[in-house]
Amino acid sequence: MKLSLHHLVYLALFALIASACGSADGDIATSGAPASSTPTEDTAPAEDASEEDKSEEDEPLATDTPLGITLITHDSFALSDETLEAFTNETGIEVEQLASGDAGQMVSEAILTAGNPIGDVMFGIDNTFLQRGLDAGIFSVYESPNLVNVPDEFQLDPTHRVTPIDYGDVCANYWISELDGPPPTSLDDLIDPAYADQFVTENPETSSPGLAFLLATIAKYGDGWEDYWTALRDNGVVITAGWEDAYYGEFIAGGGTRPIVTSYASSPPAEVIFADPPVDTAPTGVLLDSCFRQIEFAGVLEGSGNVDAAQQLIDFMLSPTFQEDVPLNMFVFPVIENAQLPDEFVEFAEIAENPLTIDPETIEANRNAWTERWVELVLR
Amino acid sequence: MPFRLLRGAVFALPALFGVVFFAYPVGSIIARGLSSASGDRVQQVLSGSSFGGIVWFSVWQAVASTLLTVIVALPAAYVLARFDIAGQRVARALLVVPFVLPTVVVAGAFEAVFTRFGLDDGALVLRHTPYAVLLAHVFFNYAVVVRIVSTFWDQLDQRPEEAARVLGATAAQTMLQVTLPRLRPAISSAASIVFLFSFTSFGVILLLGGPRLATVETEIWRYAVSRTEFDVAAALALLQLVAVVLLVIVTTRTEKNRAIDSSTVARLSSTRPQGRQWVLVAVVTGSAIALLGVPILTLIERSLSTGDGYGLSNYSALADPVNLLPVSPTKALTNSLVYAAIAAGISMVVGGMAALSMQRPTGTGAKPGTNRITSLAKTGLLDIGLTLPLGTSAVTLGLGILISLDESPLDFRTRWWIVPVAHAIIGIPFVLRGVVPAIRGIGPHLREAAATLGASPTTIIREIDLPLVTRALLVGAAFAFAVSLGEFGATSFVPRRPETTTAPIAIFRLLGQPGDILRGQAMALSVILMVITALSALIIERASGTDRGLL
Repeated sequence: MKLSLHHLVYLALFALIASACGSADGDIATSGAPASSTPTEDTAPAEDASEEDKSEEDEPLATDTPLGITLITHDSFALSDETLEAFTNETGIEVEQLASGDAGQMVSEAILTAGNPIGDVMFGIDNTFLQRGLDAGIFSVYESPNLVNVPDEFQLDPTHRVTPIDYGDVCANYWISELDGPPPTSLDDLIDPAYADQFVTENPETSSPGLAFLLATIAKYGDGWEDYWTALRDNGVVITAGWEDAYYGEFIAGGGTRPIVTSYASSPPAEVIFADPPVDTAPTGVLLDSCFRQIEFAGVLEGSGNVDAAQQLIDFMLSPTFQEDVPLNMFVFPVIENAQLPDEFVEFAEIAENPLTIDPETIEANRNAWTERWVELVLR
Repeated sequence: MPFRLLRGAVFALPALFGVVFFAYPVGSIIARGLSSASGDRVQQVLSGSSFGGIVWFSVWQAVASTLLTVIVALPAAYVLARFDIAGQRVARALLVVPFVLPTVVVAGAFEAVFTRFGLDDGALVLRHTPYAVLLAHVFFNYAVVVRIVSTFWDQLDQRPEEAARVLGATAAQTMLQVTLPRLRPAISSAASIVFLFSFTSFGVILLLGGPRLATVETEIWRYAVSRTEFDVAAALALLQLVAVVLLVIVTTRTEKNRAIDSSTVARLSSTRPQGRQWVLVAVVTGSAIALLGVPILTLIERSLSTGDGYGLSNYSALADPVNLLPVSPTKALTNSLVYAAIAAGISMVVGGMAALSMQRPTGTGAKPGTNRITSLAKTGLLDIGLTLPLGTSAVTLGLGILISLDESPLDFRTRWWIVPVAHAIIGIPFVLRGVVPAIRGIGPHLREAAATLGASPTTIIREIDLPLVTRALLVGAAFAFAVSLGEFGATSFVPRRPETTTAPIAIFRLLGQPGDILRGQAMALSVILMVITALSALIIERASGTDRGLL
């Protein structure tokens, strides 16, 4: 192999030209660049097809402006392929998705780009971050007619800047066969010497389930939460940075030694669905007394250039098609009352009847002070 | 004059690239954060009781990681440069493998090793200590020192050593007083990369260091993402940037400031080890296997472990769709390969051109006087500017791109290619730091002789500089490729279409839900990523091998 300077210069010029095209027109940049088969090969033909469909079938919807919107999500967002296709077939609206990082990252990015958002709709802001997004004014008001099917307990924003889409509980899980005695039944059990050195949970400053568990203890004990954590520390709790190193590092599931971990109420069904070899019952159980409820919301972003289409997407997210697709893809529960749950969820998932919760405003007002105090109590 | 035009382009293109994709975004996000700053709050954090400790630990762990890596890796660089041993190429290729492994996977493997050898609990504890951090940094960076130094060493003119021996110096004296000083440019190049990597290390600190350790890097993330205090995050990012600028200035000076002749020549023939030299070879091989091999073997074992013993089912399942992922794991792998090829290509072009523009002015190339001084200042700035990204937080770069490249004509933030470009920004320093010592090592007499014999400046570059730097260029490209294949931080901050999910992101997602199948697939995907890295490094190694003996 022999490189000459000429080759380098030509390559450089090519790169320059390619990027110049990119700035001129997005479609050219993505479909024209040789190596870009990845991003648009799948979507481009679909786009053409639907344009035709639109003009032939959906006469009333056909307008001069192309109907396309961008949905911003966190990295955990997943759906079956057919689901968003159903929305496009129904409305003629193409949905492009953009994901970046976890919920915290997504919200930070939305706050930084407020007014010039990278998309039209955001999905996945949860009640622990909600007030931060609302305070920054990133959402515009929309009250979906489909909210009639959603119980009041999920509708945390009375002014409808955001719409609840799904929920899930963060709860202590235990590995049934590795417990010495009976499973723990309350948060108090975790500070009982009988469960000494058995519990691992996540740092609330770096982990979303870690924060939810801290909030659960605050919701349960009020000002007594500090004493509770001192007792937990004395009882040998281990703290990890994230869910991955708690569940797969310290917990029995990944070869660790601890039988109790902070995870989700939907973890037992996942243990069954992704078991190898297949199992009939879940190896883990849920400590229902410890559950903190996380509700995920979607909202139309302030500055969206296509508010009408964005609102239609919010409506669709509350349709049975979308709601029933959520459990097996994201391991959360639908918020509408009449949604069918998959068998594995019916059989292996438990939902806390009286989950612990704190309203978003109180969380936002105290969160930094709580986590700072937590660090002093548990880590110093 | 076409040559002057060419010379201009060789400087202008890398400069433009650095300004648009690094300086402007990072400058924008820091300015934005500081302009909204509440001075009291920033001051409160910076003067807080724990802050001094955080800065101290950030620097301490990076310096210790660097020293440790250099000490552990130099004997291996010596063995690879000086001896002719079977399997050498394969060994060199395998060394790059740690680079692509996601931190979450490596941390898991280390934790498993700690547990197996009782280092998690008992007399000697490594788990959740700074020592685990140092160990992991040596694991990740071993290859940087070995490859950059051995490539340089390989081409070092051996005659000064021979002269020293003839004059009666012992082998040890020759090594300490002749060879090591001559290796200084390469060692300082490699060491600066290791320092910057360790200084901005994120996952290793959080996962292996445990919840009590914090660095400037992890604090930037915490303030920007977990607390949305952008003003404090910006102040910390500025602090990080200043520290890194100072370091880069010092190292680039070390690279230039050499009274000793480090002239390189084309590779001399190596010898087979003899007698006691075999002991050294055995010790180096053994320690490399212990350091790199144990965690990697743990990983391979996990990828083969299935519900009923061992098998390949985790691998065969990779082509199937998983409902947590928008694409199948194999598609994610393809995406990563395409991105890595683009990123390595950009790194080679931009980094290679930048390095060429930094060669010592020859008698024919530059005019004396102020022109020459400004051109030195310009290239110095370019050198520093293109190395900085390695020492910049992924948070700063990612959020910077998001808020600055958002309007025509620079509306790039949601383009698919911004991901490989971001990878290239991190890959360029590897090319630059590898090539600059090589290009500066070319004795001026060589160029002058060619010029005297009537060669044009372009001919000199083509016939002298390029053949001599091609090897260093390809070593850098191999790193850039591997960096891109394994990149997680900056990627996660850039908005991406689900179809473009990369392998590291897919691995992270697979490890985000309970279930043996998902975990097995994450391990299998990591192993395939390693194999691809080793193979591509081997191919690049072979390509560079054919250039040997040009002079």
